[in-house]
Parts: sequence; structure tokens; C-alpha cells
Amino acid sequence: MVRTSRASTPSDDLVIAVDGLRKSFGDLEVLKGIDLQVRRGEVVCVIGPSGSGKSTVLRCLNLLEQPTSGTVHLLGTDVTHPDCDIDRVRRRVGMVFQQFNLFPHLSVLRNCTIAQQKVLGRSGDEAEQVARRNLERVGLSDKVDAFPQQLSGGQQQRVAIARALSMDPDLMLFDEPTSALDPELVGDVLSVMRDLAEDGMTMLVVTHEMAFAREVADRVVFMDAGLLVEEGPPEQVIGAPREQRTRSFLQRVLDPTHAEPGGA
Amino acid sequence: MSTEVAGRTRMSPRRRGRLVRAAQYVVLAVVVLVVALVADWSQIRRAFFDPEVMAAQFPRVLTIALANTVVYTLLGFAFGLVLGLVLALMRLSRVAPYRWIATIYIEFFRGLPALLVFIAIGTGVPLAFPGTFLNRYVIVMLALGLVGAAYIAETLRAGIQAVPRGQVEAARSLGMSSMRATVSIVIPQAFRIVLPPLTNEFIMLTKDSSLAYLLGSTLDQQELAQFGRQALTEYRSLTPVLVAGSCYLIITIPLGILARRLEARTKKAR
Repeated sequence: MVRTSRASTPSDDLVIAVDGLRKSFGDLEVLKGIDLQVRRGEVVCVIGPSGSGKSTVLRCLNLLEQPTSGTVHLLGTDVTHPDCDIDRVRRRVGMVFQQFNLFPHLSVLRNCTIAQQKVLGRSGDEAEQVARRNLERVGLSDKVDAFPQQLSGGQQQRVAIARALSMDPDLMLFDEPTSALDPELVGDVLSVMRDLAEDGMTMLVVTHEMAFAREVADRVVFMDAGLLVEEGPPEQVIGAPREQRTRSFLQRVLDPTHAEPGGA
Repeated sequence: MSTEVAGRTRMSPRRRGRLVRAAQYVVLAVVVLVVALVADWSQIRRAFFDPEVMAAQFPRVLTIALANTVVYTLLGFAFGLVLGLVLALMRLSRVAPYRWIATIYIEFFRGLPALLVFIAIGTGVPLAFPGTFLNRYVIVMLALGLVGAAYIAETLRAGIQAVPRGQVEAARSLGMSSMRATVSIVIPQAFRIVLPPLTNEFIMLTKDSSLAYLLGSTLDQQELAQFGRQALTEYRSLTPVLVAGSCYLIITIPLGILARRLEARTKKAR
């Protein structure tokens, strides 16, 4: 059951509800008031130029960064409330990082079982079963005994996805999951994510992969300079953007050689 | 400036370097020659390499002295490792008083000669707490561990800080508490990073265990340094000291090689 906080009771359907989120690092204001909602089963892609605050939004959701002001409801819990037990929320929210962040001292299988056992209290047998199932899901059944440094970047990222899935999360956050990969390895990771979306997983994806966003996302959010500039279905935001800033960004990304100078 | 220097030497740096090196070799050769001619070799052999005295040291130098050195060192290292880990975590704590206590401890014990600590623990503690009977092994363990912990703590702190931030973020994102992430994710990786310097701490403690001779002991409790010293007065020959010294090297040199190997391996792994 979803624990609801006393501050407000958003509908059960709302997995993420961000309200007036601001974040400053010293004097630098990175997020200048973000409102964002994600419903159960939705796949939302966040696009925008680097430095626009996309990743910071994601990291503020599960409090890897402490928001300066505003509220964040995650799975019905107000995580910005001082009494919130963030560890209880995080175990239900999978996160995938740009740099994979696999545990290098543990085997692939152990990477996927350690949190199940230490956090969820599952038995070794059960954890291993769940881990093997998820490693099969990302196509790495044959790598269970390998260590992270023996794998390619794409394989490592898929292990990271399996590790997050093994916690049976209600929501998955992806922070530029393919940005650190060699181009030929991007496809494997994206196809795993596509399968995940088709299985009905709620996903919030910060990405530069426009083709993926256009094809998989239910909704695309464009951010620039700490603000949410435009959001809507992909065919609108990517296909026919209303805002000038969105248009110039997309032009630079989709057709870098013919970008109009001074578009930024 | 540079033309001035060049004018004074009037020699290319390479030629100059070669000349300096040649001069060094000549001086070395002369010194060796003089020593060899002046020395009374039969006297020296009697003092350092008396075969009879050497034979007389075995097997006790191994079964008692070397064994005790190893036991003292292991005890001290084990205690130092536990205390050092606690101190390292305290130094990295968010709680300011913990940091202060750890910093004071580390600066205090790193600033003192180990000799003084041994005197303080060996004679001071029994004086201060009369009636408490402390086993000699416990006293050595305390003294060695207290000194070692200060160095080990700094080594471990550096290791913990060398674990990438993303590791903690990944662990916390999986719902692990700060404590759980530290124990299961950070510390195992930190230990791998600090294995080479930790080996060097162990070598240091091996040598420092010789200070146990200050505490006085029965024959069964003698470690290498005391064993050699007593035999020195007994036989009026330095040979036993040489034997004891070789026993230290049997431990320390392989460990030194191991430390360098481990270091090369961790460098390659990155």
C-alpha cells in the first residue's frame, strides 16, 4: 500500500508529483521552479541541452540532491517532508546512472542480489531466482558469474537495469543511460528499455536519444535553463514544437551540421 | 641568467652528469678498498659470523623468538586495524565531535615515539591500575595497536575517500541505509585500494614489535630483538643479533615485494 503523507494526498495514480521544485548549488540556481507529474504506467522522456537541469530534477526526486524548495511526492509519499524515511521510498524506485555504477567488487549476480537481501530481507535463494530472471530479461543470463570490469559498457548498463529491476520497483528513473556508451552499444540498452516500457513500467528517462523518445515516450518534456519549457506528446514536442527554444535545440541535435548559428 | 650559468660551466648537462657519476664511482671504490685493507677480517668474522654461535641459536630463534615476533605483530595489527577503522569512520563522520576526537588521537599517537607509548603502557598502566593483571601479550597488543591505529586510520580514510561517489549513490538508490552502504559497498572497496599501504603498515609494526623488549619477559616470551640482545651478552658475539636481524628480513622483504606487486596491480586495474 502506498503510504500517504499528511501534507497532501495526490491521487493513487500519480507516481511522481513535483511542485515548484527549486535547487541551487551555492549562488547558482539550477532549477527555477519545476512542476511535473507522471502517472502510473507512463513513459516520460526529459530532453534539453546539457546544463539545463534535467539530471538534477531526477536526482532531486529520490533525494540524491536535496531540493532547495518545493515539494516532491514519490509514490504518494512527500519525500521533501522532514519526517520522510527516504530509504523506504528509494527501495521502490529503481535508478540507472550514466556511469552504470555497478559494484566492481561483486559478481554480476551478487550486484543484483545484495540489496534484495540486505534491504528487502529476501532469502538468498529467492534473491538469486529474481536476479537470474531479470538478467535473462536484459539478455545476460550467460554473464551471471562475470565481474563488471569484464563486461562492455552496454552489458554493464544492462546489468545495472537488471539490478534495479530486481528490487521490483514501481518506478524507474534513467539518468542519461546511453550517454557514456560507444555508439554501437547504445541499441542493446535502448531495446531493453523499450521492452520495459511495453511491459507497462512507469519510467522517467533523461536522454539525448530523440528517436527513442519519439518512439517510446507517452510524453516528452523539454527543459532549458532550469525551466520546463514545453511538454506534450512526442509527435508534438519533437515533431512540431511550439516554442522557439525547443525548435532551435532540436535543430542542433537532429541536424548538427545545418544548425543556425547563435541558436542557443 | 642562463647564459651566465652556461658560461661558468662551459659543459653540456649530459657530459657534466657523466663526469659526476664517474667521480662517484671512483670515491666508492676508494672507500671500499681502504675499509678492506684496514679491517681485521678474522676479528670481524669472529664478531659477526661465528658459526658455532650461529648454530647455537637454532632452533630457539625460530621456535620462540620469530614465533613471538609474529604473534605480537599479528595481535597488534588486528587491534590496530579495528581501532583504525573506527577512527577513520569517525574522521569522516558528519558529527563534528567524532571528527575532533579522531583527529586529536591520530595527531597525538603519530607525534609520539612508539618507544614512549610502550613505556607508558608497559609500566604506566600497571602503576595506574594496580591489581589489574594484564597478560604480557595483551600489553604488547595494546601498545602496538594504539600506535598502529593512528597510521592505519589515515590510510583507511584515504581509501574510503578514493571510492567513487557514484558507488554510494547507487547503493543508496537501492534503498540501503548510509551505514549499510558503508559496510557492504564502500569498506570492501576501500580495503582493496589500501592493501599496498596497509602491507607497509604491517611491516612497520613488525619492526616496532621489537620494542616489547622494554617490558621484560620470561624466556618463552622473548621476541627477536630481545633474544638477540640477550644472546649477545651471553656469547660476547654480534652473531646472534645478525641471526635475529635476518629473521626480520625474512618477514619484511617478501612483504615489501608483495606490497609493490599489489600496487602495480591496482594501478593496472584503473
